[in-house]
Amino acid sequence: MPITDGRSSRLYAHLWRWPMPVWQLLFFLVPLCFMVLMSFWLVKNYRMEPAFVTANWEKMFSRGYFWNAYWRTLGLAGLTTLIATLLAFPAAYALSFKVSETVRRWIIFLLIIPFFTSFLVRIYAWQVILAESGVINAGLATLGIGPFTMLNTAFGTIIGYLTLTLPLVVILQTMSLSQVDRSLIEAAWNLGSSRVRTIATVILPLAKTGLIIGAVFCFILAFGDFVSPYYLGGSKPPTLSILIIDTTKSGQQWPRAAVVAITMIVTLLTVAFAAVALAYRSRVRR
Amino acid sequence: MHNKTTGRFSTWILRAYIALVLVFVFSPLLASMVFSFNSDRFPSLPLGEFTTHWYKAVWNNDAVPEALRNSVIVSLCSAVLGTFIGFCTAYTDYRYQFRGKALYLGLALLPPTIPLVIMGLAMLAWLSRAGLSGTLFAIIIAHTVMCAPFAMALIRLRLQQIDPNLEAAAWNLGASEWRTMRSVIIPFTRPSIIAALCLTAAVSFDEFAVAWFVSGLNKTVPVVILEILQGNVDPQINAIGTFVFIISITLVVITQLIVMKQNKGHRHGR
Repeated sequence: MPITDGRSSRLYAHLWRWPMPVWQLLFFLVPLCFMVLMSFWLVKNYRMEPAFVTANWEKMFSRGYFWNAYWRTLGLAGLTTLIATLLAFPAAYALSFKVSETVRRWIIFLLIIPFFTSFLVRIYAWQVILAESGVINAGLATLGIGPFTMLNTAFGTIIGYLTLTLPLVVILQTMSLSQVDRSLIEAAWNLGSSRVRTIATVILPLAKTGLIIGAVFCFILAFGDFVSPYYLGGSKPPTLSILIIDTTKSGQQWPRAAVVAITMIVTLLTVAFAAVALAYRSRVRR
Repeated sequence: MHNKTTGRFSTWILRAYIALVLVFVFSPLLASMVFSFNSDRFPSLPLGEFTTHWYKAVWNNDAVPEALRNSVIVSLCSAVLGTFIGFCTAYTDYRYQFRGKALYLGLALLPPTIPLVIMGLAMLAWLSRAGLSGTLFAIIIAHTVMCAPFAMALIRLRLQQIDPNLEAAAWNLGASEWRTMRSVIIPFTRPSIIAALCLTAAVSFDEFAVAWFVSGLNKTVPVVILEILQGNVDPQINAIGTFVFIISITLVVITQLIVMKQNKGHRHGR
């Protein structure tokens, strides 16, 4: 222990401890709790009034368009998670076992770059690339194929989601695959296990936790993104995130937007906990 | 062992696959850079003529200088605040054990898991109660919430490398805790502090969703991009995007260089 009196030492400790909780309570947790409270408020003449009514909840939950948006968002995000996980795995496998450490570090650095470039600009570029008269269709036309409608479809939305999530999933999968003990893989080979069988029975179970965490992050990002379904998916039918924006920006129906937001958070928490339980259970069984 | 030829073959297939993933990830970035110098309003193949028209249009766009000023103010303030809070949290985690620490760390790392639209809505509702919505303060407050976890993670990684005896040695030599902080902890973590400042500045500089919700008339650059995007096809976005890309990437490269140097120094130190 340092040579100081106890009181000054306690003061020192508290000065470092409190900035984060104070800030995150005031500007993160309280706003989220306030949003929950707000979902029971009333809107009269475009102004919110404190109240405690369940009208907003009943209104949203009784509407077909809300549930359509809900299942659509869940489906698109789930499908994206599946596609991203499958597309990322061969790359992560190759990065973990087929390239040198220097190459791996550089490629991961390259994969980090997109996170610090404007997602909006990338989505705009996809708009131009995928358009009816865009780059891909112009390229295909020289081969005498197409044109294909890719913009304003679910395909467009998923391309956008993958732009957001694929680099992250590759990075997370690579991190977990690189930690698999190589001697176990070699042991499997020496015992005559085929490459595919080694992946299925040795590598996948050992890297499962990391793979699931990658998938969870992918789901969270895709589920909450509004840019892809809006600018590549054509915004109709809407996803939940678009519903929040439309409800907030037009007509001041903040309480109803809050209902959508809370439903989203509950869904995400459920998915995340289920996935973590899955990852953890398999670990114990082994 | 496996057949050498099929092994080498599959290795090359897999390496080509990595290249394919990189192509997918980078094609929108490259396309946007190329299109920013392309004369067509609706770019396609073959490309039109080389032009700097879109850059001139951005230069003459009245919304851009003010947005740029706002973005710089916001990202500098959020970077400093976020890094300060991140440092405090990382040091507390490194140095102290206390009841409820798991909860404490949970609160510290939770913000990035909440979708941005929801953050935006919650911030808008709360900050407009406080009379702050529509001000730059609102964006700075929200961005600090989002930046602190990244700063914390980076600085915590660096603290991991510190020799725990170092702090104790300083105390035994009679240095006060404050003195030890100033002459041992801060110099040791300085590279990660600088890296955290760059990283959080880049995060804030690119963030558009929450900023769009709370900014009102004080738009930042990404919010201006979002609003151009809502209008018609406009290649100005490519020009702004390329410009923003260069700023962000400079910050990220500086971060990466610092982190690499830090790791190297650490390895030599051992």
